[in-house]
Amino acid sequence: MAAAAAALLLLLAAAGPGRAVPGRARRDALREELLLSPLPNGDVAAAFQFRTRWDADLPRGAVSHYRLFPKALGRLVAALGVQELHLALTQGFWRTRTWGQPPLQAPAGAELWVWFQPTVTDVDKAWKELSNILSGIFCASLNFIDSTNTVTPTASFKPLGLANGTDHHLLRYAVLPREVVCTENLTPWKKLLPCGSKAGLAVLLKAERLFHSSYHSQAVHIRPICRDASCLAVSWELRQTLTVVFDTFSSGQGKKDWSLFKMFSRTLTDACPLASQSKVYVDISPKNKEKELLEVTPAPASVYEAIVQGEKRTYAVYDLLSPSLFNTSRSLNVQLKWKRPQDSCYIHYQPAQDRRRPHLLEMLIQLPANSVTKITIQFERALLKWTEYTPDPNHGFYVSSSVLSALVPSVIAMKAVDVEQSPLFTSLFPSSDGSSYFVRLYTEPLLVNLPTPDFSMPYNVICLTCTVVAVCYGSFYNLLTRTFHVEEPSRGGLAKRLANIIRKFRGVPPL
Amino acid sequence: MAAAAAAAADEAERARGRRAALSFAAIAVVLGLPLWWRTTETYRAALPYADIDGLGQLPFQLAVPVAVVFAPGAVPGDLPKALPFRDVQEMEISVNLRTSITSRYEMIYRSTTAQEEAALHVATAQEADAALRPLQDASLGALTMYVVPETSSLLPQGISVYVGKHRGALVRAGGGLAALRTRLRQLTQVMSFTASSIAAALSDRVPDGQLGPDARRHLKSSLGYEITFSLLNPDPKSHVVDWDIEDAVSRYVQPVLDKLSLVANFSVDSQILYYAVLGVTPRFDKESSSFLLSAHSLPHVINPVEARLGSSAASLYPVLNFLLYVPERSHSPLYIQDKDGAPVSTNAFHSPRWGGIMVYNVEAPASPQASLPLHVDVDMVRVMEVFLAQLRLLFGLSREELPPEFLLESPGSEGLADWELDRLLWAHTVENIATVSTTLTSLAQLLDKIGNIVIKDDVASEVYQAVASAQSAMARLAKGHLHSAFQASKEAVTSSERAFFDPSLLHLLYFPDDQKFAIYIPLFLPMAVPILLSLAKIVRETRQRKKEPTKMD
Repeated sequence: MAAAAAALLLLLAAAGPGRAVPGRARRDALREELLLSPLPNGDVAAAFQFRTRWDADLPRGAVSHYRLFPKALGRLVAALGVQELHLALTQGFWRTRTWGQPPLQAPAGAELWVWFQPTVTDVDKAWKELSNILSGIFCASLNFIDSTNTVTPTASFKPLGLANGTDHHLLRYAVLPREVVCTENLTPWKKLLPCGSKAGLAVLLKAERLFHSSYHSQAVHIRPICRDASCLAVSWELRQTLTVVFDTFSSGQGKKDWSLFKMFSRTLTDACPLASQSKVYVDISPKNKEKELLEVTPAPASVYEAIVQGEKRTYAVYDLLSPSLFNTSRSLNVQLKWKRPQDSCYIHYQPAQDRRRPHLLEMLIQLPANSVTKITIQFERALLKWTEYTPDPNHGFYVSSSVLSALVPSVIAMKAVDVEQSPLFTSLFPSSDGSSYFVRLYTEPLLVNLPTPDFSMPYNVICLTCTVVAVCYGSFYNLLTRTFHVEEPSRGGLAKRLANIIRKFRGVPPL
Repeated sequence: MAAAAAAAADEAERARGRRAALSFAAIAVVLGLPLWWRTTETYRAALPYADIDGLGQLPFQLAVPVAVVFAPGAVPGDLPKALPFRDVQEMEISVNLRTSITSRYEMIYRSTTAQEEAALHVATAQEADAALRPLQDASLGALTMYVVPETSSLLPQGISVYVGKHRGALVRAGGGLAALRTRLRQLTQVMSFTASSIAAALSDRVPDGQLGPDARRHLKSSLGYEITFSLLNPDPKSHVVDWDIEDAVSRYVQPVLDKLSLVANFSVDSQILYYAVLGVTPRFDKESSSFLLSAHSLPHVINPVEARLGSSAASLYPVLNFLLYVPERSHSPLYIQDKDGAPVSTNAFHSPRWGGIMVYNVEAPASPQASLPLHVDVDMVRVMEVFLAQLRLLFGLSREELPPEFLLESPGSEGLADWELDRLLWAHTVENIATVSTTLTSLAQLLDKIGNIVIKDDVASEVYQAVASAQSAMARLAKGHLHSAFQASKEAVTSSERAFFDPSLLHLLYFPDDQKFAIYIPLFLPMAVPILLSLAKIVRETRQRKKEPTKMD
């Protein structure tokens, strides 16, 4: 052992000649973290956080040398005098009722709020420029941020990092609710990570899985923080967070079990070599005495307890940097299983494809006696293509009735009878034994009123305009240019002659 | 009688109707049409089309003031006049069929002053160059050439021309005036501009095939450049690479950029990119047990790296990238092969108008079980030598092939001699003016072609400003005032770009004709039809009335 250590020392000396410590003191550090928490309704939330901390000032216009901190953002902060920057791109809405308190919530769409440094003279110009540049970096439509959707809150959005003053004239806040978040926003976000998506936790960030989820929120937070406890110097902190909620419950046939591979279709193989900390936390807090139900594999090396959002939580911790983790197997696939079979419950859901197949939702539920069970489904109204409307579109569109099939316990036990011999009205549904009978109920079909455009509107407008103009102008014109002249009394038309003949017969003077 | 009165009244009534119809038509033509025209007209300020057209011809005249100073004993015998005297030589550089550029060398022949004579009495040419510097005309573009006697020991043996670090040169006399003149002309071209450097600056206008391979290498002239040094470490598990880029930039790059700050604004930064790989898998060579990148695969190297470099979102200046690539452990050592298959000595290559890449091999540890990761400290002197050479190459400062009797002083720590800066300024001024002319010509053509474009007054004033600046730059070039000409050309570029990219030009650009008809027809048709019909009726009636008297006869 001693000989080995000596050989190692020699090698180090050869690698770094004239240097006592190989490598100079790092001024930046990266920490990465993944928090997996099962949600009350059986879904799973995964929250990634990557924190790059840089012990350097970002002065305007000076030479800067970047290592872990991404150059694109560093230049932006330096060039525009940004004090603090918070950008969140979110798809979906965090359903607090079914998922509980959110760890990091963001509004649907894009949210950007920025504190500028007091040295910035024209904040509006810098804000416009910043949103344009960010829209280029993140491939988002942030360039649609202008004075019509920008506000300056005076009370709510205080700086999260170090700040000398909180003059709210330096704050700008904007939300674009229409922004659709997709792969093209994720790729540049991943590119900001020092390890990219090649190593570490970021390996799990596979776009096709992340966007196949109920909620996806990615964010970038830049702020100045204290370098040490005495807080004499400033460090810059970049936090990249990504929260995603997988509907493992309904897509996994109603089972609450999950694993990293099932959610991300990847497993962890190593830590990012540049990270000083790389950990996976799994929330295994006991919920109403169900502690013994949960089983996490592989067994965590340590357990961490903390009070989060007013509740005591227990987390299983996996440290990717500890060499023992990858000793037994080459990859880490955290799995969570429920030991006791859960309530007999089966959910099968096949989502629809537009114009190809309808939705199918099947649920097997055991209903308690004397209870009311309501199943509600939310839907969105969408506009159809104009050729797809029926001739009477205002009537609405039918959604076929839902079906309820049940085996109802019989009050009186029946004896088994021969199907061939029994009357026909009792023998359509076979019953296995006499203790229950089969019932199939149908609900009313649903008539949904879809938004219907006014198909004839443009035609009407053109017709009406033409008519009005033509009538007004034409009659006016006629009136002014018509030639009036005195009509010679003539012998009259056929009617008059007929009348005169009749009058002649009667002896009355003609007209 | 009554019938006659009725006919007269009828006739009066008919005349009134005619007058009403005519006045309708008159109102529509006199009031309606101009009103419609004025309200739907796009505002188009007047532009100096003739001047822009004149700029397009590029009537350049480049004047180089040259002072030829004869040391005692170096004056050739066959001088046409007694010293001092002036002489002008002209040279025509033809760019294409339409454009040719006249260069005028305004030579002043004189003999040395006492101070200059004293300065020439030193041991070496370098010392003489340093001593003569304060005595020279310090303005940009002005050259001073000292003709020393044939027997002078200032110049080394076999060297007849010595170009110093500044704007001076020493020339060995001998061979009469004609020989001296050709030598001086050659020297002037080296120190100011040659036909090929001007052609490279105007490369957009030179027909294909006439340009050398180097002409498209130079960076386009711009108001600023961003220089990014990137260290690519594709294998951070095996190599922990450190480079002292801060020190290297301040020591080697900053002096050059300080000198170049006259030409443009520069910003420098650096970054380290991990897991950034080249787009080509190198070939393993068994003989040398190394990996090879052949010359024809180099074009494919850059693209995958480029995506990670991080474009300069915060500015519009062109970016120069210098990449230091430390190959992954499984692919090292990695060598670049040239077209003949020989390894490139610097292990680096450059991409025109983009930047350069250097491969930095990490020495393999003595024993294969050495602990990973391996700490590597980059030798910045070796790297910066290559990058600075590439930087000079990209700016078109590479030294051309010269006859063996020419000796160029190395620029030393500044990385750039004064006359090289002048060369750059000549080329950039010419290129700027050509760019302005191209921009304005295309703007004028565009505005001429699409009548819907609004030309606001501020756009027009920018165009006027650009034309005026370009013209003044040309006038100053013809006078030999290089510095002020360059400043004026920069202003012209700024103004012309601002005019060309003004967003107000796009406001009414897309206004298709069918929409116009859709709007106008419901309005105009019901109005025009009665007017036209009644006009036709009036015409028919007047024709009939003219015929009636002939019938009476």
